[in-house]
Amino acid sequence: MKQKRHETPLEAIDRMTDNSVVFVGGFGRAGVPERLVEAVCRRKLRGLTIVSNNAGSNVAGIASLLQEGCVGKIICSFPLAREAVAFRDLYDRNLVDLEVVPQGTLAERIRAGGAGLGGVLTPTGVGTDIAEGKPLIEIDGRAFLIERALRADFALIKAYKVDPLGNLIYRKAARNFNPIMAMAADWVIVEAAEEVGIGALDPEHIITPGVYVDAYCAVTRIDQMMEATP
Amino acid sequence: MTANCGLSLDQMAWRVAQELQDSWVVNIGIGMPLLVPPHVRADRDVIFHSENGIIGMGPEIEGGDHVDPDLLSAGKRPVRLMPGGSFVHHADSFALARGGRLDAAILGAFQVAQNGDLANWKLPGARTGSIGGAMDIAVGARRVLILMSHTTREGEPKLVDRLAYPPTARGVVTKVFTELGVFAITEDGFVLEEIAPGVCADQVRAGSGAQVKTDGATLMVPPDPVSPREPVLSRA
Repeated sequence: MKQKRHETPLEAIDRMTDNSVVFVGGFGRAGVPERLVEAVCRRKLRGLTIVSNNAGSNVAGIASLLQEGCVGKIICSFPLAREAVAFRDLYDRNLVDLEVVPQGTLAERIRAGGAGLGGVLTPTGVGTDIAEGKPLIEIDGRAFLIERALRADFALIKAYKVDPLGNLIYRKAARNFNPIMAMAADWVIVEAAEEVGIGALDPEHIITPGVYVDAYCAVTRIDQMMEATP
Repeated sequence: MTANCGLSLDQMAWRVAQELQDSWVVNIGIGMPLLVPPHVRADRDVIFHSENGIIGMGPEIEGGDHVDPDLLSAGKRPVRLMPGGSFVHHADSFALARGGRLDAAILGAFQVAQNGDLANWKLPGARTGSIGGAMDIAVGARRVLILMSHTTREGEPKLVDRLAYPPTARGVVTKVFTELGVFAITEDGFVLEEIAPGVCADQVRAGSGAQVKTDGATLMVPPDPVSPREPVLSRA
């Protein structure tokens, strides 16, 4: 059996290298693999292209990657959130490149990347700035943009539970981009809140089969484990 | 709000809420549209979709002990889940939006043109803007309902002939709800369907940057004061 378990986030990301394309799961702070991101900061990797929904908020997550100078480019849907202070500063000084992608297009480009497709045809963005330079195709009288598939060298994934095979379940809206990113990267690294034994996860409930996962570490975070009233 | 006349914010939200029918699936984004859900009629079960994969999103929570860091709205604020709610990943969430499962989406806008073009993501001349899910949702929803002030803070019309702002989507807007009234987008351009109490048709035309057909508008009768319902967290 392939050994996927690592003791620490730093060990889990040991294969990561400068100038990689990196998927980072999460929407706002939900589902962001913050411990893995911290480890990337500590490694002081350089020239990363980060693909994520947001360009970081305040000081956690992607904002810390930006502040540590790890990021050369960001591909995201919502760069200018009020809290995206670190990003705005670097962007205003031309120290980071930006590609803005509609959120659904970003998701579908990643899914296509994981599914072995060259891209997708989407009505989103037709007649807007987003369409510039992209081929347009008409099907049954409706216009679609051709959007290229998106893959990454590494994916940093936040899961709720992991087993030694790398099977994953997620928690509530922390699922977001994580399952599709886990399918579209060459090397998939998971930070899970909790590790369980093989067979403990109901096969009907597993969202990401372990075949997609290359490395994981388990970090229990009390606030993440707290069950809120519905 | 720029205009001193017309509906209050709560009355505007109330009016949009009356538009939502029983069993509709409705996308709700960030900003003013978040005011709408508490005004949905008690006898209508509307299912709110949030782009980050929540189907059956409940009301926002003000904070306190029951805040769950894994349960956030599109605006990244803590929310609840309605009984029977479910979660999907991002590709499925937007498949739902583009795939025709949204009966309506409630969005804000910088400008709406008389042909239904929508601008709400980027200021003219700005280097960039934040699209988020707006482009996909505007293209995918069966009805795009716009809740916005009638003019900008500077008094510039937001109902326009042609967009001066970068477009979000073309020809998608169904109706616009402002403090002055309800406007349908038709083949003949903007048609004022309902006018707010105390507002006259001349005011509407003066505040609009496009032709607005005003004859035939009915007088809106909003509750005054309008009070949002307590969130209902159970289903009959």
